[in-house]
Amino acid sequence: MTKTPQHIIIIGGGPAGLEAASCLGEVGYKVTLLEKEEQTGGKLRLWYKLFPGFRPSGEVREYLANGHKMNQPEIVTKAEVIRVDPETDHHQVVLADGQTLKADAVLIATGFQVFNAEKKEEYGYKIYDNVITSVDLEAQFKSGNPVKTVAGATPQRIAFIHCVGSRDKKVGNIYCSRVCCITGVKQAIEMKEHLPKAEIFNFYMDMRMFGQNFEELYIEAQQKWGITFIRGRVSEIAENMDGSLQLKAEDTLSGRPMKMNFDLVVLLVGMVPATGTEALGKSAGLAFSSGNFLASNDTHFNQNETHTPGIFVTGTCREPLSVAETLTDARAATVRIISWLREKEMKSNN
Amino acid sequence: MHYSLFVIPFTAGMIILTVLLAFRYIKWLGSLEAGNLTKIGLNLFTVKTLYAVREVFMECLLHRKVFKNNRMLGYMHMSLAFGWFMLIVIGKLETFFYTGKFANEFYYPVFFRFFELTPHKSLMLFVFNAAMDFTLLVVLSGIVVAILRRFRPAITGMKKNTKHSTGDRLALTALWLIFPLRLLAESATAGYAQNGSFMTQPLGDFLAFFLPVQTLSIVFWWMYSISLGAFMVSIPFSRYMHIPTEILLIFLRNWGLKTNDKFTGFSEIEIQSCSRCGICIDTCQMNSQGNNCTSQMVYFLRDYRYNQLRPDLTDNCLLCGRCNVACPVGIDLTQQRILKRKKTTFEQPEGFKYLPVNQPVAKADVVYFAGCMSHLSPTISRSMEKIFKAAKVNYLFLDKNDSVCCGRPLKLSGQFEAAKKLVENNRQRIIASGAKTLVTSCPICYKSFKEDYHLNIEVLHHSEYLPGLILQKRISVLPSGKKVVFHDPCELGRGSDIYIQPRILLKHFNNLVPLIQEKENSLCCGGSLGNLSMNPDERCAIQKATSEYLNSADAEIIATSCPMCKKSIAQFSDTPVKDIAELVAANLETMPESQKSLKHQKEKEMIEIL
Amino acid sequence: MKDWGYSILKGRQIDFENNDFSISEFVAQHEPSFKWCIGCGSCTATCSAARLTNFNPRKINLLIQRGETKGLAEEVAKCMMCGKCQLVCPRGINTRNVIQNIKRALNTCHAL
Repeated sequence: MTKTPQHIIIIGGGPAGLEAASCLGEVGYKVTLLEKEEQTGGKLRLWYKLFPGFRPSGEVREYLANGHKMNQPEIVTKAEVIRVDPETDHHQVVLADGQTLKADAVLIATGFQVFNAEKKEEYGYKIYDNVITSVDLEAQFKSGNPVKTVAGATPQRIAFIHCVGSRDKKVGNIYCSRVCCITGVKQAIEMKEHLPKAEIFNFYMDMRMFGQNFEELYIEAQQKWGITFIRGRVSEIAENMDGSLQLKAEDTLSGRPMKMNFDLVVLLVGMVPATGTEALGKSAGLAFSSGNFLASNDTHFNQNETHTPGIFVTGTCREPLSVAETLTDARAATVRIISWLREKEMKSNN
Repeated sequence: MHYSLFVIPFTAGMIILTVLLAFRYIKWLGSLEAGNLTKIGLNLFTVKTLYAVREVFMECLLHRKVFKNNRMLGYMHMSLAFGWFMLIVIGKLETFFYTGKFANEFYYPVFFRFFELTPHKSLMLFVFNAAMDFTLLVVLSGIVVAILRRFRPAITGMKKNTKHSTGDRLALTALWLIFPLRLLAESATAGYAQNGSFMTQPLGDFLAFFLPVQTLSIVFWWMYSISLGAFMVSIPFSRYMHIPTEILLIFLRNWGLKTNDKFTGFSEIEIQSCSRCGICIDTCQMNSQGNNCTSQMVYFLRDYRYNQLRPDLTDNCLLCGRCNVACPVGIDLTQQRILKRKKTTFEQPEGFKYLPVNQPVAKADVVYFAGCMSHLSPTISRSMEKIFKAAKVNYLFLDKNDSVCCGRPLKLSGQFEAAKKLVENNRQRIIASGAKTLVTSCPICYKSFKEDYHLNIEVLHHSEYLPGLILQKRISVLPSGKKVVFHDPCELGRGSDIYIQPRILLKHFNNLVPLIQEKENSLCCGGSLGNLSMNPDERCAIQKATSEYLNSADAEIIATSCPMCKKSIAQFSDTPVKDIAELVAANLETMPESQKSLKHQKEKEMIEIL
Repeated sequence: MKDWGYSILKGRQIDFENNDFSISEFVAQHEPSFKWCIGCGSCTATCSAARLTNFNPRKINLLIQRGETKGLAEEVAKCMMCGKCQLVCPRGINTRNVIQNIKRALNTCHAL
């Protein structure tokens, strides 16, 4: 008598979803991965090189695309999930087009989106020409075109502003988005590689260099690349007649205010939960943590389980994480799911 | 000569009250602002006095403003006030008809039924007797509502009652006892003298059935007199001071007196006119949206009257003006609060020696002062600059680089002398520019320029200036086709009475939809530079609630005309929030002559409205 | 060395163990958000007065919490109460109320 394998639905085809899908498929479960965009890969598709070692993002994407060879998961794109109705036996996953799928377990991996920098009106994003975000800059680097101001000139002086949309009560996000500091250091170095004559300044509140080789990269930025780090949060930006930008900050370490002109300003934007996560989470009866990310059951013992049995969370829909950490988290979720499904099977057999 | 021992408590009370009132009123009238006595003299024999009489009748007796708030609440206040008034008037007429003369002992009408035991001599007196009973019934019904609403405020449409001090509670008890005791006294007397009417007589007969009414009536008359006397004496020391003082206030106000930047005798009269009705509590957003019901005007005024101003409480007010609109007595509450902050705040005007003087200022026709907040909302000043350029205005952006604050935030915090330093400094620069018009984007600055700067040039907020540009055909604006809702900033709307101009401007090129809570009833965004001590979470709660209300209109854009409001609402709003200047700039169009006919039509419509 | 903001007479060290914290305690009692400061400097960056004189709200907050109050009265006198600092503070500190209460503390404690 062959048993039908238990079915897991994964919502979200970014790094977390893809990695979990491969791992679960490899041990023999039936996995359906639902991705709302046309392609899988999530935000990874937008990145140029990953910190701290400048690995091309394509390498990770390839790794995820190939996956583990046994039991490839069923990947469905352009499938947006609007609701999860938890039930004791099989959870119902409802799609935007009206379809309903059943699963023994559901793994939510909906990921994040970047903070909308327009909300920080005083920084002038989409108001002044030469203010861009770190995401815009990655796209610039990826395109291979030289970085230029909107007027077509080569920027001589560039500023990176840390903590845009994070650690900021005024935009409602008091948490730290974790990866923006290291991104700032990475992009500052990349910019210097691209424009060796440019002067580059990073304006920070703290330098959060928590990961392996992060502090080393920070040292390299100072020593090898001559990037200047100024401890002072920028309060506002004004535009000069020629399109260049004037920053106001306090150099807190010397205790004196400063005004500086820049040709280009890059805002290091933070993470917020992806659109639709709130509605999805509410429908499944999930709790939310600081920043409206999906809350897990326990910070040490159960990072991937939620209060609803059979509904799991992984990746940046749970909290801000780097790509490397996301992959680790996905694998951890896999272990929990397997454990839980086995228990469920044993209970139903008794 | 009509006399009995029990009239003494009442008489003593009346005398004490009269003396105390006279002392106080003379003292306050003696400390009016310079020139006010002349003002009174000039206006005394004009029609304004008649207006005052009418207002006294409509507000103190009929409580028309309270009726507008809630009918049951209005009935409660009216029945007591107007009822008691009518008891006095009808009582006086009754005694006149009975004795044939007006001048009897002044306590005689009050205890008339005790003194005159002969049943109704004529039809006229029968009618008067019935009228008195009826009026007493009305008053008693009001008292019933008053008692009930202490337990269930919702019956008068209020969510919160004023929490009264012990003194007020004692005075309240005395007041509530007066009329039931009168009923019992008159009924007991009717029980043995048969001189009652449709209410007092049956009750009297009932009492006579099993009680010794003759003796009992003396007890009741004593208690009635004591409660009257106690109430009279309590008037100068409790919230009931408002009864006589409000009348004085109405006359003075109609003669043109008001509270400006100095606390005068008039200000004292205003404060003493507060009846502690509590209507300001419900209307205050810190209560309804922020769960704070300890700092409202009623408590602040009471603190002042009992000489215990608390700095944190005095600082904790949005100064949004919603209570001014709701106050049935018409007290200028926000100005009173600001004046009292002079006492609770320490100022150091000498600290502003660093302000730059004698800087060169470019000359221009129009000087534009964006305001401190606009630096944090750059689209507003950018839009204004775009409009100025399109209209080819010779303008000077005075605070483009750095700015000296207009001075109003200092004034709102009670630092009047310090504010003057900033005003002097900015004023020099504005005059030095030689401009004929001053335009500002910030309603706070606007109010400051209008009230404290004493400039001889035209001072306009941009929501007033922009319609002018359109009418003069210096710019033209294309219809946007968008559904827009407008949020009235407190300092522009209630603060400066500018409600129509922004709406005309918006209607010119948008589909403007009205709100229920708008104009004088608009909500405060919560941003408020007026509130110094509110905790950040409470402030966010108010911002959020106002934002939600505006979002509920389902418009495509929420328009406003204040950078502070824009930031405060945008923080919690899904619908985009834009300043009027931004909308004008976004839809600004230079167009060939051939397409001007539609614009002409729209402009004609605007002229007609204006 | 150029100026250190307002003068600190007690030598150059911050004598935490012997300093007087009465002003800090007074302010913390009336405006608890005073303690949330991480010293990011946005307030000073945007301050209207800091553009024109030596005024530094971040530094004032810091030094009070360290018990350094020399010259404080002269400094807080420079605040225009414009509120820009409050609008930019990422911790949501009620900066204007901190200044209000410093002034009250100075007048209550007669500390200069």
